[in-house]
Amino acid sequence: MVAYFTEIFTGLMSLFIGMGITFKEFFKPTVTVSYPYETLTMSARYRGHIELVEDEEGNPQCVVCGLCEKACPSDCISLAGEKPEGGKKKVLTKYMLDFTKCSLCGSCVESCSFGAINFSKDYNLASTRKEDFYFDLLKRLEERNK
Amino acid sequence: MNSPILLQPDETFILNVGPQHPATHGVLRVKMEMHGEYIVNAETVIGYIHRMHEKMGELKTYPQFLMNLSRMDYLGALGYSHGHVLLVEKASGIVVPERAEYIRAIMVELNRIASHLFWFGAFVMDLGGFSPLMYALQDREHILDMLEAVTGSRLTYCYFRFGGLCNDVDDDFITAARLFIPRMRKSMKKYHNLVTGNIIFRKRLEGIAPLSKEMCRKYGASSAVARGSGINFDVRKNEPYSVYPEFDFDVPVYHECDSLARYMVRMDEIEQSLRIVEQGLDKLPGGPIMPDKKPKLIKPPVGDYYQAVETARGSFGIRLVSDGGKNPYRLKLRSPTYSNMHLFDEACRGMMIMDALAFMGSLDLVIPEIDR
Amino acid sequence: MQLTLFNVIVAVVLAIAFAALNAAYLVWAERRGAARIQRRPGPNINGPFGLLQPPLDGIKLMAKQLTIPGGADKIMFITAPVLAMFPAIMSFVTIPFSDSIVAKNMNVGILMIFAFASMGSMSLLFAGWSSRNKYSMMSSVRAVSQAVAYEIPMLITAITVVMIAGSTDLTEIVHQQSRSILHWNIFPLLGNSHNILMPFSFLIFFICTLAETNRAPFDLGEAESELVAGFHTEYGSMGFGLFFMGEYANIVIGSCMTTILFLGGWGCPFGLLPGVWWFILKLYLLIATFIWIRWTFPRTTIYGLLNLSWKILIPLSLFNLLFTAGLIKVF
Repeated sequence: MVAYFTEIFTGLMSLFIGMGITFKEFFKPTVTVSYPYETLTMSARYRGHIELVEDEEGNPQCVVCGLCEKACPSDCISLAGEKPEGGKKKVLTKYMLDFTKCSLCGSCVESCSFGAINFSKDYNLASTRKEDFYFDLLKRLEERNK
Repeated sequence: MNSPILLQPDETFILNVGPQHPATHGVLRVKMEMHGEYIVNAETVIGYIHRMHEKMGELKTYPQFLMNLSRMDYLGALGYSHGHVLLVEKASGIVVPERAEYIRAIMVELNRIASHLFWFGAFVMDLGGFSPLMYALQDREHILDMLEAVTGSRLTYCYFRFGGLCNDVDDDFITAARLFIPRMRKSMKKYHNLVTGNIIFRKRLEGIAPLSKEMCRKYGASSAVARGSGINFDVRKNEPYSVYPEFDFDVPVYHECDSLARYMVRMDEIEQSLRIVEQGLDKLPGGPIMPDKKPKLIKPPVGDYYQAVETARGSFGIRLVSDGGKNPYRLKLRSPTYSNMHLFDEACRGMMIMDALAFMGSLDLVIPEIDR
Repeated sequence: MQLTLFNVIVAVVLAIAFAALNAAYLVWAERRGAARIQRRPGPNINGPFGLLQPPLDGIKLMAKQLTIPGGADKIMFITAPVLAMFPAIMSFVTIPFSDSIVAKNMNVGILMIFAFASMGSMSLLFAGWSSRNKYSMMSSVRAVSQAVAYEIPMLITAITVVMIAGSTDLTEIVHQQSRSILHWNIFPLLGNSHNILMPFSFLIFFICTLAETNRAPFDLGEAESELVAGFHTEYGSMGFGLFFMGEYANIVIGSCMTTILFLGGWGCPFGLLPGVWWFILKLYLLIATFIWIRWTFPRTTIYGLLNLSWKILIPLSLFNLLFTAGLIKVF
């Protein structure tokens, strides 16, 4: 008999404590960031898709060694280069990234010993066509330099 | 309720709890044979998200496989990566610097807290209370922000490397982690007041779905499912690995075997993980995060190797059969949720459907991990 | 006010307008309140503070196709949402908002409102049965057993108040409480009952109102049963809209009844300026509490719900009734 009433009483108290907590939370500020009216800055190590890094003259530092292509687990990277006449090192002519398969693992960035690729901070990449995600990184580098 | 009833064939109907769930479990199909409100028989059907990770293990080289482990169980990803990395280092004989071991342990425990917070929110939402989900996700955001500042990803990390880590932690992380620990403790008190003490919640969970010790042993259950039934087994204590023997923490074990016991085990595990993070931050040594001499090409010698780690979901085992080449000959991933889930078929006979779904929530299933 | 045709039409139009406006904007209030409890903004894009959200939602619902499942009982299928909305609007006719604002004051006011409330549970049964859907049927069975179980303590508590006031006329009940705040039926001391257990009566009545209107934590009928299905699964567009509006109208009626029976109706706590604004204030405070409770607690199980009613609320309210009767006889 006593247990019946104590259960009712403790149950009721627990309900009021719970309501007190939600009451306190009602007055705290919202934590939502109203994207797209407000945006957040990404942290320095944020992994967006990779970008080619340029040297002082605006040329890519890539020497077309192909290590990134071999290291990629998902076969996203395809690159080609040619040796210009009278030059010693290969020059990059094509660097295609298939971002639909990329898993942002970072193997390419780490395997490059020339510092030629790095993560970008691009995060709003929504599009309606699959072709928009086949990045031509060389073209993007040229457009950034203009 | 559990006594066998002889039913005519047209007295039961089949309810298909289909691959699309409103709850956050994933794509799991359960064919329930129901008699009114009671479940007579249940059969779980898996395989809707099978992605052939073990086959990829045979086709990819060792460094290329690192990213797959995060995709298995995305909520507690670092624990799985830890197991894989420890296994290949054991096989190849790579020595990991001490700083890297400590940072790995801290990261894995933070990830475990994040996974348990998400489970907590989803579980209470399954039962009908929508607000604790938002509070839990807000706390989890702090952890994800910390981990993003160090690794660059929020959910599917590719942070551990063979021999150590790919990035070092900086002072910002240490300050943020130290600020986070008392904040999380305050939040845990709030959750205990709001949810654990609540009479409606307790009535939903007390005495529901008792799983005896023998049933847990029969199915090979681990983590909260086993520890809520009185089996004191935690891989970090029973088969210690990495730097865990240096930490002083307890393993919560409850003997009531019901859903409330499983819930309390996980809530207490959050507190123990906070203790480990605190001790790790205090003991963090200086030094490099990668060994000086690392082999260029990872080619473990021929043999059969095994490593088990304790992840948020249970005891994750990974077995490597190597034939000396660049790719493994066989990489077997032992998924803890697979063993935990099959308890559901046998244990839910005679339950009402509401209780069965609460039981499924307390098992903490992540279906992509079952299907790999 | 004299009973001319014009007066009657105005009263009915005003009652429907009040009910409809409440139903629409209570959705907005609930979404904003729930969002603030969960520390997020809620609807804030359509119109300032999201105030245009309900009309736009209404337009969206009306533009959708009204489907009737094949093989369903057409007449019952279409009648069910109407039957959900109809008793709530009719009950507005007899609720006194203040001394002079009442459409038609009847001297069996309480009886009429409870009679209409019982009709509301028929709509659940119609909806579940006519949908020709296993899960709707099961969930409507649960909802009806819940409605029946919780009517009983509600009526018993209302009878306690009627005994104290000596009349079933709602205006009379409010007048009995209008001397000061301590005379409200929720506070036991100076009131006519001298019964110290009155706050518990208030609590029992409040819980029964929550359960009668299928609000969390007692919302088995709509939220969970059989995972997402409910007695209104098969309803799209305005059928669903009418169920929704009916639920909110029922909430308003339940809160009105609680205010009149226990909180002194349109009386002011300090004894100054009694009027309809106090009634509205108390009404909305109670509705805010409904919303607050919904977003705090998880759902009960069906047997927990029925146990609560049959094993706890009914004995306690019967005891309170006998105790009050005894005290009235003695004092």
